[in-house]
Amino acid sequence: MITHFYDVIIQTVCRLLIPFIQVYGLYVIAHGHSSPGGGFQGGVILGASFILLCLSHDLQEMRKRLTRRTILIFCSLGVTIYAGIGFVCLLLGGNYLDYGRLHRILPVDSVAARSLGIFGIEVGVGITVMAVMVSIFLDLASEEKVREG
Amino acid sequence: MKWIALIAVCLTGGLLIYGTVDMPNWGDPTSPASLHVSPRYIEKTVEETGVPNMVTSVLADYRGYDTLGETTVIFTAGMACLLLLRRFGK
Repeated sequence: MITHFYDVIIQTVCRLLIPFIQVYGLYVIAHGHSSPGGGFQGGVILGASFILLCLSHDLQEMRKRLTRRTILIFCSLGVTIYAGIGFVCLLLGGNYLDYGRLHRILPVDSVAARSLGIFGIEVGVGITVMAVMVSIFLDLASEEKVREG
Repeated sequence: MKWIALIAVCLTGGLLIYGTVDMPNWGDPTSPASLHVSPRYIEKTVEETGVPNMVTSVLADYRGYDTLGETTVIFTAGMACLLLLRRFGK
C-alpha cells in the first residue's frame, strides 16, 4: 500500500473540506421534506466524503475512523431501521409502513407522526446508501489486501 | 443472415415508433396518468402527511414499499460486491 505519496496541499484541503461535505449530506437527508433531496442523495454525499478521505489520505487513515465491521453494521442497520419502522406500525395496529399509527407512541398527532415516520426511513436509506458506497469502494480499491479492521 | 437481422431490427423499430403516435402529448392534462392518482396526491399531500415536498411524500409514504425494495436492492448489491471481491479467511 502506498504511503507518504500524497501532496500536503491535497491533504490539507480535503481535511478542511470533508466536515463541510458531511454536514451538507446530513442537511440534504434532513431537509428532504421541503426541498429536493432525501435519503439516497444525502447518503451518496456522505459516502463521497468518506471516499474523498480514502483518496486524499490512504486506506489505513480510513480504517481508523470507520472499520469494516462498522461499515457492515451500518449497511444492515439502515435496512433494519426502515423495515423496523414498518413493523412498529404493524404492531401498533396499522398496515405495514402506515406511519400515521406512530402517533400512539409519539407525543404528536397523526399527520406529524407521518412526517416523522418519513424522516425516520430517510435516515435509514441514507445510512445504507452511505455504508454500501464506502464498502464497494473499499472492496475495489484495496486489491483484496485489507485485513479485517 | 446479417440482412435478416437488419430487417428485423428496422421492422421492430418502425413498429415501436408507430406505437408512439398514440401516446398522449407531453404534459397533457387529460392523459390517463394525470387523471387517476396524481390529482389526489397533489391535493392531499400536505393535508395527510404534513410534508410540503410532494416527491418525498410519494417516494416514502404512498410508495413506501417501492423505496423499501430499492434500499434492499442497494444493500444486496453491496453484499454481492463484498462476497465477490473480498478474500475471506486469510
